[in-house]
Amino acid sequence: MLSQQNLEKAQALFTRYPEKKAALLPILWIAQGQEGWISQEMMKYVGDLVGVPYAHVLGVVTFYTMFNDKKLGKHHIEVCTNVACLLRGSDKILSAVEKACGTKLGSTSIDGKFTVSEVECMGACGGAPMLAIGQEYHEHLTSEKTEQLLASLK
Amino acid sequence: MEKFILPEIKDHHQIDVYEQHGGYAALKKAVQMKPDEVIDEVKKSGLRGRGGACFPTGLKWSFMPKGNDKPKYLAVNGDESEPGTFKDRQIFEFNPHLLIEGIIIGCYAMGINAAYIYIRGEYGKWISMVDKALADAYAKGYIGINILGTGFSTNIYTHQGAGAYICGEESALMNSVEGERGYPRIKPPFPAQRGLWGAPTTINNVETMSNIPLIINKGAEWYSKIGVAKHPGPILVGISGHVNNPGVYEIPTGVPLLTLINDPQYGGGVPGGKSIKAVIPGGSSTMILRGENLEGVNMDADSLKAAGSSVGTAGIMVMDEDTDLVRVLARIAHFYHHESCGQCTPCREGTGWLEKMLHRFEHYEARKEDVDMLVNVANQIEGNTVCALGDAAAWPVQSFVKRFREEFEKRVKEKEEINAA
Repeated sequence: MLSQQNLEKAQALFTRYPEKKAALLPILWIAQGQEGWISQEMMKYVGDLVGVPYAHVLGVVTFYTMFNDKKLGKHHIEVCTNVACLLRGSDKILSAVEKACGTKLGSTSIDGKFTVSEVECMGACGGAPMLAIGQEYHEHLTSEKTEQLLASLK
Repeated sequence: MEKFILPEIKDHHQIDVYEQHGGYAALKKAVQMKPDEVIDEVKKSGLRGRGGACFPTGLKWSFMPKGNDKPKYLAVNGDESEPGTFKDRQIFEFNPHLLIEGIIIGCYAMGINAAYIYIRGEYGKWISMVDKALADAYAKGYIGINILGTGFSTNIYTHQGAGAYICGEESALMNSVEGERGYPRIKPPFPAQRGLWGAPTTINNVETMSNIPLIINKGAEWYSKIGVAKHPGPILVGISGHVNNPGVYEIPTGVPLLTLINDPQYGGGVPGGKSIKAVIPGGSSTMILRGENLEGVNMDADSLKAAGSSVGTAGIMVMDEDTDLVRVLARIAHFYHHESCGQCTPCREGTGWLEKMLHRFEHYEARKEDVDMLVNVANQIEGNTVCALGDAAAWPVQSFVKRFREEFEKRVKEKEEINAA
């Protein structure tokens, strides 16, 4: 369920498009912003709001990699390993991240603090190697900088 | 050269500063012209799309049906997900009003009342920047109802993607705006016939739209003289990989590739003074070039085509002599497999095959005949899919093997070795 404030935000989106369904992605963003992930119940709720079946919402959520149909750790560490980052040492950054977070790529640390993911090119090739934590990009990384960055997260 | 797309002016992203430096003058000029005159001016300028296909922008606009009686839409492509490409982000951050001004002019020229700027989901911060700029432009009456008292009205919205490279393909982008999975549509019908919600739609790249105010302000004639004649204008190039100064640079088209890589005002050379083994000139899908064949190759559509590649999104990735190209190609193949939407069998299955085979090469487990089989699989994907993602996956494989066959042959094992292991 969306909060009253978020529901109003969602309903305001309908005016932007000639069809309600077009507001699906933006509303899923609001839902994920509220909960951190998108549960089955939320998908049904959003489907009702937008006027599409649950199956359609599920199809959309699972198609787009940024929508999480599972809970993530408190901090989602996304390491780019695509070409520009690879050329500038993303291997080392990934190792540093795995070590500092105490978990392997594609999983969440036992304390639930970190989820480590590999991402495709984030459009920050000039700042390679890079990683993102939520919306924040961290560019021009070294192993040391990466360790410091992760140590600073509460 | 003077910078037009990314001028070195402090706080140029703010509407007041933008106006002080001549911002929105092009819009004021455009609305005094007839819509067709605006399209003609863009046609005459020779502007070609900056999203990769280099299609003439004015021609694209002229495909739109005339009149204001039925809905028409503009979608502006800021999905920017091709590996090696990071130019549009600079426009969102440093010159969003230039983009917005270009969009309003485009809407006026084509008689469009709603435009959607589709921005990749990862750019959340930059979407906020564009939203702020849009709000400021609304407040000043540049967007909305009865713009500048002309009676023309249009709305512009941002639409956030959610992590899918394929949504940079124009028809997948439209499906994504409509609240669908990002599946490309079969063409024809082309977007100018049936696009968003079945209505005529034009899709232009962010950088393309940012060139429009310049053309209107200074005239097509002036614009067409920047850079090379057949592909004129300023262009943003992103230089990444093994260079001393990676980043986005604004240049007139036609600057030599080696200048861009080595000149201190651009890439600044390869770290450690190493030699260049290879360059991918326009994002990961464009064909790789050998380092020793870069002499005389310039950053424009025709020169790169003659060199056996393409300008793509002008994302130059430089690889020094120590680069493991097999690993680079394996990574590229992984990318396209991950991003294939799964609609067409040749792409869905073929990209998986390519990735698996290249994994074998990377780990010295490939067979001799796999070198040709790689190319064979790539050839069977190319041209056999609904959209160009299949081609984008095939071209790197074809060109890497064609131009660096020795790198692949070094990684094969004899059958006996495989059997013994």
